[in-house]
Amino acid sequence: MSDLVHNGIAAKLQSLTPARVGLGRTGISLETRDVLEFQLAHARARDAVHARLDVAGLAAAIETTTCSTVLQLHSAAANRVQYLQRPDLGRQLNEASRKLLSAQSSGADLVLIVADGLSSFAIERHVPAVLNELLPRLATTSLAPICIVEQARVAIGDEIGQTLGAQLSIVFIGERPGLSSPDSLGAYITWQPRSGRTDAERVCISNIRTEGLSYTQAASQLERAITQARERRLTGVASHSIPASLPAGEEKL
Amino acid sequence: MLNAMSFAHTVGNIRHHFPGLPTLLAKATPERSGDILAGIAAKSAEERVAAQCALADLPLQHFLNDQVVPYETDEVTRLIIDTHNAKAFAPVQSLTVGELRNWLLSDEATPERLAALAPGLTPEMAAAVSKLMRLQDLIVAAAKIRVVTRFRTTVGLPGRLSARLQPNHPTDDPAGIAASILDGLLLGSGDAVIGINPAGDSPAVTAHLLRLIDALRQRFSIPIQSCVLAHITTQMAALESGAPVDLIFQSIAGTEAANRSFGINLALLKEANDAGQKLNRGTVGDNVMYFETGQGSALSANAHYGAGGLGVDQQTLEARAYAVARAFSPMLVNTVVGFIGPEYLYNGKQITRAGLEDHFCGKLLGLPMGCDVCYTNHAEADQDDTDALLTLLGAAGVNYIMGVPGADDVMLNYQSTSFHDALYVRRILGLKPAPEFEAWLAGDEYARLMLEATHPERLLTA
Repeated sequence: MSDLVHNGIAAKLQSLTPARVGLGRTGISLETRDVLEFQLAHARARDAVHARLDVAGLAAAIETTTCSTVLQLHSAAANRVQYLQRPDLGRQLNEASRKLLSAQSSGADLVLIVADGLSSFAIERHVPAVLNELLPRLATTSLAPICIVEQARVAIGDEIGQTLGAQLSIVFIGERPGLSSPDSLGAYITWQPRSGRTDAERVCISNIRTEGLSYTQAASQLERAITQARERRLTGVASHSIPASLPAGEEKL
Repeated sequence: MLNAMSFAHTVGNIRHHFPGLPTLLAKATPERSGDILAGIAAKSAEERVAAQCALADLPLQHFLNDQVVPYETDEVTRLIIDTHNAKAFAPVQSLTVGELRNWLLSDEATPERLAALAPGLTPEMAAAVSKLMRLQDLIVAAAKIRVVTRFRTTVGLPGRLSARLQPNHPTDDPAGIAASILDGLLLGSGDAVIGINPAGDSPAVTAHLLRLIDALRQRFSIPIQSCVLAHITTQMAALESGAPVDLIFQSIAGTEAANRSFGINLALLKEANDAGQKLNRGTVGDNVMYFETGQGSALSANAHYGAGGLGVDQQTLEARAYAVARAFSPMLVNTVVGFIGPEYLYNGKQITRAGLEDHFCGKLLGLPMGCDVCYTNHAEADQDDTDALLTLLGAAGVNYIMGVPGADDVMLNYQSTSFHDALYVRRILGLKPAPEFEAWLAGDEYARLMLEATHPERLLTA
């Protein structure tokens, strides 16, 4: 078998796809540079999963840029190790957060929820900027306090939205990192959030990151989804105008 | 039919009770996060071994009378029971599960006898015995079993290891996919299948990609088969539109309810198999189906319940998926062992064991097992775990593995094995590609592809 690098094929293949094609060989093995490049990408993805969200810093950033009240909440998953193995716990609030939330006044049009999910990097890098783009478009909408939730999965927005009596929820969440995308942000819009909603009853906007969907594009898609949800009084599979692109990699089986 | 049969085993002065066969099987399963999530795992290490002791004493005959998932409500169980071959079962019918382990590892269990036994075993028997086996047991028993299948290549022969070339692209861009195909072919991967997971699920895209591969295949006389892993109904629509369909893919699971969540049933699989057979596109054989499985798929669809409403462990349900597969004499079957995530298989240790269990159970039941040795970025696993499982599966005689450029699937966002990994495991274990493909790699057409690959854009038109 020939060596693609020395035949000049590698660069051409690489220009056609983001896949790791045209890698050189030493014997049958990868060369040091390529091994380390891969290890760096994996290290970033791992760090994105395990780095704890800087809740205080994020809350301050959101309060400063949006002048909104921010609530700091926590799921029933005690830590990351439990979170990764018990998705059910990541979908519920812990007792302290339930109490804090039930003391809030209810009945807003919209609650914005920021959940760490599988990438705290995605949250810290993109959420303040997306909110900056989005909030000016929601001038006539009454907003509940913005909720930041640690160790949380998408469905935690249902309990939060229900407790606050919100008509609509948007959950911003860190998506499962890929090797080339450690900081991809997703947003799930749910009409009348309440416990027991399925993912088929949400609209998802995925791949919000520097190399993907821009902040302006994301805000404009969110605005459109909110408008349509209100007109149709539902979100999800029954409403087809927004492309409900599920995050890549959720289904192979 | 027995109802809510209870099992027990005494360790020291403690009597451990296991109400119902699903409970006994779940408690006897080596630890994994999915069974804990389902709330059915052993509560202590001792309880697990007590369950294994009780399971070891269980006669194999018991599995024919006590269904883990009810016969009346599940077509997979009906398939298992209705196609059970009593004559093939006869040599082991008087054994317990523990005795079956001894027999499988003995020199009595020759490759010929193991092959003859397959239709006599149910998936639950295979799963049960695997729970009593260490990794080396799973390897030594599986290595004796050869399941050979044919389409344009012959996969599964002794001394051979094939690779599925997986040239995925985030937007199904044909040029991008072709670049990965070229890369893989030039590095000796693709003899199991060139199989694309499409980003979208449309008959038109499926047909277009199939034509692209078919044109390349014919132009360079490459002995390969192709597949676009869209939903089975999408592939059938492409087939009806005249697309060159070689293998027909579907993900399958071990309960009727889980299969329903995939949008399939046995009748649909049969229809697809018949349609694929009718095209008669194979040159050395007519195995046309390609199935993927993975522990945890039933639980993730909340379709893991068995007799008496008891949760069934994910490894037993995985083995039941193999009963679905073997009804259709597939060309390829592989578990996608680390893809589903840490809530089902938490770390490299759990993924490694599951991969070897799946390979063993599949082979024991007569399937041409391959494995997607893989992990996601939120699992506690890395390339070292991949290397270890790949090497162990090579020793166990796995039919094929995946070949992904640089091990990084840029569409599905997970890490699998690479073209280079296939070269590694072939070299270290002295294995060769499928004979037809090996001959092609040594011939003029390969050399011509290498020359023309210096202008990849000219190879990309279907």
